[in-house]
Amino acid sequence: MDAILDARGLFKSFGAVSAAKDIHAAIARDSVVGLIGTNGAGKTTFINMITGFLKPDAGTIHFEGRDITGLEPRTIARLGICRSFQIPQLYNSLTVYENMMVGLGVMLQNAGRGGFLAGGTPHVPGFDAPAEAVADTLLGRFGLDAYRDRRAQILPGGVRKLLDIAMTMVAKPRVLLLDEPTSGVSAEEKFGIMDMVMAAVRAEGATVLFVEHDMEVVSRFSERVLAFYDGRVIADAPPEVALADPDVKRYVVGGELHRKDRGEAGRA
Amino acid sequence: MSGGRVGLVAGIACAAAVVAGPFLPPWALFLVTIALGKGLVVLGLMLFLRAGLVSFGQALFYCLGAYAGGGIGRFFGISDIFLVLAAGGLVGGLVGWLLGFLLARYRAIFFGLLSLAMSMILYGVLVKNEALGSTDGFNVLHSTFLGWRPSNEWVRYATLLVALGTCAAAALLVERLLRTPLGRLLPALKDNEIRVEYMGASARRAIHVIYVVAAVLAGIGGALVGATVGHIDPEMAFWTMSGEFIFIAILAGTGSVLAPFLGAIVFGAIHTVAFDLSPNTWQMSLGIALLLVIVFLPEGVWSLFTRRRGA
Amino acid sequence: MQLVAVLMDGIIYSSWLFLAAVGLTLIYGVMKIVNVTHGSFYALGAYAAASLAGAWIAKGYPPMLSYAVLVGAALLVTVVAAPLLERGLLRFMYAKDEVVIMLATYALFLVLEDVIKLIWGVDPYFIAEPYGMMGSFEVGGLTYPTYNLVIVGAALAAAAGIAWVLQKTRVGRLLITVIHDPEVSRAMGVNVDRFFLVTFTCGSALAALAGALTAPTVSVVPGLGVDIIVLSFAVVVIGGLGSLPGAALGAVIVGTVRSVSVHYAPQFELFIIYAVMAAVLAFRPRGLFSAPEARKI
Repeated sequence: MDAILDARGLFKSFGAVSAAKDIHAAIARDSVVGLIGTNGAGKTTFINMITGFLKPDAGTIHFEGRDITGLEPRTIARLGICRSFQIPQLYNSLTVYENMMVGLGVMLQNAGRGGFLAGGTPHVPGFDAPAEAVADTLLGRFGLDAYRDRRAQILPGGVRKLLDIAMTMVAKPRVLLLDEPTSGVSAEEKFGIMDMVMAAVRAEGATVLFVEHDMEVVSRFSERVLAFYDGRVIADAPPEVALADPDVKRYVVGGELHRKDRGEAGRA
Repeated sequence: MSGGRVGLVAGIACAAAVVAGPFLPPWALFLVTIALGKGLVVLGLMLFLRAGLVSFGQALFYCLGAYAGGGIGRFFGISDIFLVLAAGGLVGGLVGWLLGFLLARYRAIFFGLLSLAMSMILYGVLVKNEALGSTDGFNVLHSTFLGWRPSNEWVRYATLLVALGTCAAAALLVERLLRTPLGRLLPALKDNEIRVEYMGASARRAIHVIYVVAAVLAGIGGALVGATVGHIDPEMAFWTMSGEFIFIAILAGTGSVLAPFLGAIVFGAIHTVAFDLSPNTWQMSLGIALLLVIVFLPEGVWSLFTRRRGA
Repeated sequence: MQLVAVLMDGIIYSSWLFLAAVGLTLIYGVMKIVNVTHGSFYALGAYAAASLAGAWIAKGYPPMLSYAVLVGAALLVTVVAAPLLERGLLRFMYAKDEVVIMLATYALFLVLEDVIKLIWGVDPYFIAEPYGMMGSFEVGGLTYPTYNLVIVGAALAAAAGIAWVLQKTRVGRLLITVIHDPEVSRAMGVNVDRFFLVTFTCGSALAALAGALTAPTVSVVPGLGVDIIVLSFAVVVIGGLGSLPGAALGAVIVGTVRSVSVHYAPQFELFIIYAVMAAVLAFRPRGLFSAPEARKI
């Protein structure tokens, strides 16, 4: 397997609570992986360790062969691993457009363009267009045009989620970790949002990991499933197999599940 | 306000001063020049406020700038106003760069209190320093302007013109800074520093840069005020001086780079009038004014501090 | 020999610092307010004590009771002023940002500075009798006014009293819950508003007490409260905002350092305190005793 992300032997505890016990996970390039598990099973801790928010107590994480264990979040972000948040982390006092422009500004700055002494309109690396144009393009791709000039604080929940994810796209990430992209979104909207997000994200050629509690969303959108329980990975298989696994059924799903196969539109 | 508008307004104000200046009484020129100097300090404070930080110690750089500017006169006989201002900015910037390594790591009340401590350290050092006149401070040489030594009638006018030019330039430069990616990062830092880090930017570096810029501005402001008043002393580093700058910043708001100067002039006018009317109640008037702004102008203060407790 | 002097001065100064600063940390711990009017209450206590005790002695009443008058004056002025400020003004600001509230207390401080001038005038007050009446004692060949022990005693009494209230009384236990989370406490039926009022009053009373007890040793002039503010901040920040043992430790550290400086390197005396504060913050950003922060994302 061409593993773009390789986590080995990760351990993490917070005092008496052990959130990660010997986690191994190799993520194939260009794949879409669903992370499932009950609350407190260790999914977000796993993401936090990969993205540098937490340092593992033991174990290593390699990204494209390079050891990134324990690096700062901003270093890891600059390497190409980005994440969205369970609770959308937006710049509440700024408009949707301005939220995007902050991220685009950072991209320019990191590439040494658009500084105090620079002239003309610099292009955002990876997009070959000025920041203003890129912002509008991305907003369009996520269906956020109508909210362009609204302050982030007053956006509805689903829109906040979309903006949170849209903001990660300015970095053209190679690995994208989505932490519960459809939580807080009404049942009718879930599939629509995931369709839009996946289309936008996959168009950029990113490898995607997403945490999800809704098994229908998981089975529809993921190629592979990692099931967490009590800090361990208890299943690592394609969704049909993983969701049929008796341990997964007992500890994660909680019984029989009426699943939708992948490729079918609509839901039960 | 766009960059073009800022330039226009600044240009008109400067032109008005150039024309009207010779006809105004010296005390008016004096007050406006002092206000412009303080406005420079507040301009730096405004950058902090945009990033969600309040520095309770800008008086540190203000005082350093004043002593640097006055110092080159006292110890080297240099009285050229441009060199005086440059010395102030340079010393302010250097110390700001050094201290920034420490201070850029703090936020909220700790940033405020640590910056306060720094300014009080300077105060303590100066008060005990005999060479610099300790509590008395020392007098500053009469300003010269590229060799020209103006008579007493014209020195105030000349100083005012230099002050206006400096402030206009500062305002335009800060305006430009606010349009760069760094400038855009400031309100984001205030709202959500974690997100900023996750975007691959360094909050610490951004704040360090702002810290230096504010220090340079305050240093120039201090040197200007020192040269205008003709005397400097350690009180310029006392925490109540920092309090005054914060007061003006709140009065002015963060809406425009010209606001600090306007706020400083208004503050100066109120201070003078209130002090003359009743020296024992002007502090009370200030306090009440500040309270009114805080309580009844939530918009004004709201734009400074949109973080609410518990949010 | 010098060591004894350093020790004695350290103890006396630390006690004074603790008394002056503990109210500030108490108020912060409960209400999460950096209270700049702390300095005003110190000054109010000093002025009230100086004028009332001065009048007491001038009228020929028993001088030995002037100590009680000092304390009484401080308490009186606080009980009048503190509830007024808290109920009348501060409570409308609790929802605002920490820094905004601090600025509001700064504004109040400015107002109170002039109120003091209006009530007591600008001339200095002297009230030396309580200071001199107790005579002096000798330690290691050096003479100290016995009055200094009053301050040490008051500091110890305050520390013991606060510790007892917090740990042994029901009120104290409830106060600790309010310190941890006012919203949850309120939801559980604790009268948080009343706790805020009482805390503000007690914290300010401690400041006023410190001012009152110091009054006989200085000339009471306008601006008396100004220095106290930054000194108290330094002590409280070093120990950790909101931590009472921290305030004690901070007071001891600052008092000792200053005493050493005064005796061996007087040119550093004025700023050594802030240098220590900066140094502590550089290594322990939240002070020596600080609560851990919860995860945000």
